[in-house]
Order: sequence, then structure tokens, then C-alpha cells
Amino acid sequence: MMVTTPRTDLRVALFATCFNDTMWPETPKATVRLLERLGCRVEFPAAQTCCGQMLTNTGYAGEAVPLVRRFVDVFGDYDAVVAPSGSCVGSVRDQHAMVARRAGDEGLASEVEQVAPRVHELSEFLVDVLGVTDVGAWFPHRVTYHPTCHSLRLLRVGDRPLQLLRAVEGIDLVELPGADECCGFGGTFAMKNSDVSVAMGTDKAAHVAETGAEVVVAGDNSCLAHIGGILGRQGAGIRSLHLAEILASTREEPA
Amino acid sequence: MSTLPVQQTSPTFVGMPSFPEAAREALANTQQRDNLRNATHTIRAKRAAVVAEVPEWESLRVAGADAKDEALTHLGDYLEQLEASLTANGATVHWARDADEANAIVVEIARAKGVDEVVKVKSMATQEIELNEALEAAGIAAWETDLAELIVQLFGDRPSHILVPAIHRNRTEIRDVFLREMAKVGRPAPEDLTDEPARLAEAARLHLREKFLRARVAVSGANFAVADTGTLVVVESEGNGRMCLTLPETLISVVGIEKVLPTWDDLAPMLQLLPRSSTGERMNPYTTMWSGVHDGDGPQEVHVVLLDNGRSHVLADTVGRQALRCIRCSACLNVCPVYERTGGHAYGSVYPGPIGAVLNPQLRGTASEVDQSLPYASSLCGACFDACPVRINIPELLVELRGTVAEQGGHRAESAAMKAAAWVLSDPRRLAVAQRGATTAGRLVGDRTVRRVPGLGAWTDARDVPTPPKETFRQWWARERGES
Ligand code: SF4
Repeated sequence: MMVTTPRTDLRVALFATCFNDTMWPETPKATVRLLERLGCRVEFPAAQTCCGQMLTNTGYAGEAVPLVRRFVDVFGDYDAVVAPSGSCVGSVRDQHAMVARRAGDEGLASEVEQVAPRVHELSEFLVDVLGVTDVGAWFPHRVTYHPTCHSLRLLRVGDRPLQLLRAVEGIDLVELPGADECCGFGGTFAMKNSDVSVAMGTDKAAHVAETGAEVVVAGDNSCLAHIGGILGRQGAGIRSLHLAEILASTREEPA
Repeated sequence: MSTLPVQQTSPTFVGMPSFPEAAREALANTQQRDNLRNATHTIRAKRAAVVAEVPEWESLRVAGADAKDEALTHLGDYLEQLEASLTANGATVHWARDADEANAIVVEIARAKGVDEVVKVKSMATQEIELNEALEAAGIAAWETDLAELIVQLFGDRPSHILVPAIHRNRTEIRDVFLREMAKVGRPAPEDLTDEPARLAEAARLHLREKFLRARVAVSGANFAVADTGTLVVVESEGNGRMCLTLPETLISVVGIEKVLPTWDDLAPMLQLLPRSSTGERMNPYTTMWSGVHDGDGPQEVHVVLLDNGRSHVLADTVGRQALRCIRCSACLNVCPVYERTGGHAYGSVYPGPIGAVLNPQLRGTASEVDQSLPYASSLCGACFDACPVRINIPELLVELRGTVAEQGGHRAESAAMKAAAWVLSDPRRLAVAQRGATTAGRLVGDRTVRRVPGLGAWTDARDVPTPPKETFRQWWARERGES
């Protein structure tokens, strides 16, 4: 039974993230559908761009400063900011203040510290802010969940995504062996150390295949592109889907 | 005295290839990958189990980190205190700025004793400074007595793991090298030796015992150096260390200056954190502590060489200095998905794995190809930070060091690409224009699978490419909601 706590009092901003916006628009669309179904008023501030994580993690933290500035300016006034990406939320919460400080901008760092606690990864927002685990989804497939490293170890989302998935009607959720091991994506690591990255991804893909799942789900499309890219090349016939798309899925509008 | 045909390759790994190149070679070694996966997964599970049974683990980690930080922030004071207490206890303290100075001090002491061999306790610091090679050059054989180090030495190998240096070798390989090499350097292995662990250990024990009883000089490192009591501490499993630390009449310990702990009480958290993190044991079998010289008991001449070798440079970096908390437990190696697949040699140093990826460029600088590549030898998955008993935020340090490498302007094409990306991403209009490239490609590709993209070989060699959409989210929102 779906339990909704309409939070129309909240001004919720969607941070689509630049990767999703450009490459995986179905994920932010699903996020909007889901949040509106749960009674939220969702806005998409068009001035948003990117969290700057790729720049920071490649060694160009200085270049990321304008992006941190922009993030604070665009999202500073909202009650809650929701992003369907553990990695980008991790970057905001864990790195933005550091990027500002490294550039000697204490003012920006303290603005970051004001907004960062209101920035939530999707499963955190649903479980902690809205207080729901049954979001009224329907997805009659065998699914295995990969907890991405940044969701797991930076954000500590814990089993929130699993709580949400378990409540999905019709789902056959199977445990992924070695779930907490990195898939090997790692941003530019996937290119700079492609051999190691592929070796890690191949092991992850093998674990996914072992479960007999039709669908591998995660909270980050970048990791899914890597795992899915390997599964695709192997012709494994396993789909990769973002958590938001499964949670948005209904009988009327299935994912 | 015969000397070992050790180290065809110097452990400085001069001219080492960059990490990705060395990693490619290591990945192709399937036997090593098997050994590494088994070993790291076993020790990972053991560590997880013994850590989980300590409810106050988190506060122990904080206490350990605090003790180290206290020592590091007032390092000069504690080192002076350590020197004073050691001297008062009858030890002789030497200061070494770098590897050459430290090696010269040890060689000179050994020469003064008129010996042509020393026995050694497993020590990272002496590997870092290549003491064995320096002694060999002076005509003095250095016998490693830690079982795994002995194996590495007999192979003429380089260690590939901090705690289990022969992790890349399996039992059969070890039996073969015992049969082949032991006779050349001392008591031979029994001819009917099998690869049973107990038989291998027995062969090593007999081989080493002869050396313990004969040697007049021992060389060690130390896990901790307590400033207020002037006590050095060695933590080990086999007891071979204790043989070296107690039997020979002269003991020389090479100790990195970051090993100092302010007080005796600081050992309490450390001796709980270290064994559980490193071997996955509640307590290690042998902890040897010595405070200078005692009449008729143990070594009668005790030397301590306090080694800088780049550490004060690391200390000057306010973010990077947390790496000096490291107690060399190797938990970060064992949980690292990259190390698990490449092994230690790809890191081009005696310090492999996540901490090596940080410490090597910190200690050696980022001039060489391998040191420039090490900060990138990580997917930043964070497993190392979670496992570290002294809470070293390794991912944070890697990102810092990437900044240092990028600022050197090493990768011109990358730097140009990153600046271009920053320019595009700092303005939504520019981003929208750039996105048109993707959606145009998306319309061209349609529903086909993308297998090859020129210039993207590093991705497409083993992975399909996600098909770009025909419409970005931004465009969809504008069309549907018309608000932007
Ligand atoms: S960095 Fe931490 S986990 Fe790694 S060896 Fe040092 S103390 Fe152990």
C-alpha cells in the first residue's frame, strides 16, 4: 500500500546533473514524475549546469570554482535540492567546500556549508525527508542492486535504496554478491586506467550475471554505463536502469 | 661468506613505467591475480570480523589518529624528547637527513664491529633506503629473517605487499625456491621438502636459526618510538624478529621520524588497532619493546637512526601530512580493488597500494612518470579510508596530489580539455549548445549499439558506448513545462 505524505510546502529543486541532462534524460524525467506523484512541487532551475566533480577529481579543482559558485547561486534558496546521482551529491557535500577553501574563498566555502545539508540524493530525500519507502511503484522483473561507492561510502545512504526497492510491487529483488566492491568506473579512471577499470567492471558484470537478474539497478548512471557497457559487449541481455526509473515505473507507465 | 644474488632490479624501481602500463602487464599474469584475489579476500574477511567485534572501534581510530597528530604537530619537540630518553637509557641516537646518510651510518657501525653479515627484522624503512644494497656494496650480507621477506630474498624478487611481501607467490613456487636457493646461502632445505605450510616453515626455521645464533649485529626498524620513555616497539607474528632483537650483541634500528608517539599510554590504542587491521588477529603473537641497554640482558650496544628522507617535506603540507599517521598495517591494500588486481609491483615502490599511491609522490616528488601516474591509480571508491585504522583520508589526498600533478602542466592536452569543459559547464547557454552535438549524434545513431568511437578506444575496447538521446532533459523540460 502506497503511503504518501504530500509535501507541497517544500520548494524542491531538481538538480538533474549535467551527465543525466545530456546523456540520460529519462532519469531526471522519472525523478520529476516520481516526486510529483508523491505530492512535491518540483522546479528545474535552468541556470544549473554541473557539480564540477570531473574537474576536481582530475586535478583541476581551480577550474571548478565557478561551478561551485553557480551551484550556490542557483540552489541556495530552495528548501531541498534533489539529484538522481549519489556521485554528484557526494561532490557537493564532500568537495565543494574544499574546492572553495583551496581557492582561498572562505565566503564561498561558508555559503556551500549553508546549502550542502539541503542537497539530497534521491533515496535519501524519499526516505529521510518525505518519510516514504513505498512509493507506489510497479516493476515485475528480477532485479539486482549495485550500491555505488559514493552512495555507500561518501553519502552513507545505507539500505535506503533497498528499502525503496523492496516495497516495489511485483519486483523480484536478488542480492548482488560482492555488492560493496567498486565497479571500476571512477570517472576519468575509466579512461586513464582503462585496463584495471575493465578488469574491475568485468568482475562486477560477472556477479550481476550470476544473480540471474534481468535488470541491474543503481543510483548513478555513470557506473551503470560502465557496467552496462561491459554487459552489452558480452551480449548478456541484462538491462541497466537507474533507481529513479524503477521507482517511477507504474502499470500505466512501465519502465 | 656467500652473498645472495638478490635484487636484479633495484627497489628504487628507477625508470619504472607509469602505473597504467605496469598494471596492464600485471593484469595479464593470471597466476598472480589468483594468488592476490585469494589472499586479499581471506584477509579482508578476517579483518572485517575482528573489527566488527570491537564496539568502540571508531573511538579507537580517533584516539590513534589524535595521538599521531599530536606527535606530528609538535614533531621537533617529541623527537628531542625521544633522543633525550633514548640517550638516558644508554642508546646512541643518530640523525639521517636522507637514505645515503642513514645507510652510511649503518655501514659504519657494522664495519666498526668487524662483521661481514647482519640479520634483519622486517622493516619498511630499510627497504625504502635500500639498506641491503648499501650493505652488500660494503661487503656485508644482510639476511632477511621474516619468513616472507626471506622468500622474496631467495627469489631475488621485490616485495609486493607491506605485510605479506610474497603475496604474489604460492606454496609450490616457494618450495621450489627453497630447494634451489637455500643451499647457496646457508643450511639447505631438506631434499624431501613438500609444499605443506608446516614443512616450509620448519625448513625456514632451521635455515634461519643458524644465522640467528651466529650473527653479531642485527638491523631493525620500529613500529613505534615512545618519546617519554625512550622505548622502541616491534610488532610481529613469527618471533624471528624477537630473535634478532635479543640475540646479537649490537642492535641498529632505522626509524622514520614519523614513528614517534608522545607517551607510553598512546600505545594502548595503537596495539589494538594494528593487529586487527593488519593480520586480522585480536592480538599479534610477539610484541617486543626495548628501552636502551640493560646489563647482561639483550644487546649491549643499541643504536637508533632517526630517518627523515622526505618526511619533513610531507609534514610541511597541511593537507598531506595526515599520510604520516600511517602505521603500515596494509588494511588499505587488502580492501583496494585496484591493488587486488594489479599487485604491488605496479606501484614502483616498497610502498604499494592506496597509501603507496599517496606516499610515494609525497616522499619522492612528482618528477618521474610513475610518481605522476600514481595519484590517478584509484577509482576513489573510498574503501581504503573506511579501513584505515588512523583515519587517513586517502581519496582526499589523491585528489590533492592530482592537483599538484595537473599544476605542473604535465598533460597539456588534458589540461586544455579540462579548461574547455570548465568554460562550457560554467554557463548553461554554452552547455545547451554543446549538448546539441550529443543529441545530433543521438538522432544519427538511433537505436543501434555503439561499439567504436574514434579517439575513445580506452572506453570502447571492452565497453559499448551509451547511445546519446535525441532530446536532452533541459529541452524536454522547456518543451513540456515551458518555464525556462
Ligand atoms: S594508510 Fe592506513 S590502512 Fe593503509 S597501511 Fe597506513 S595505516 Fe594502514
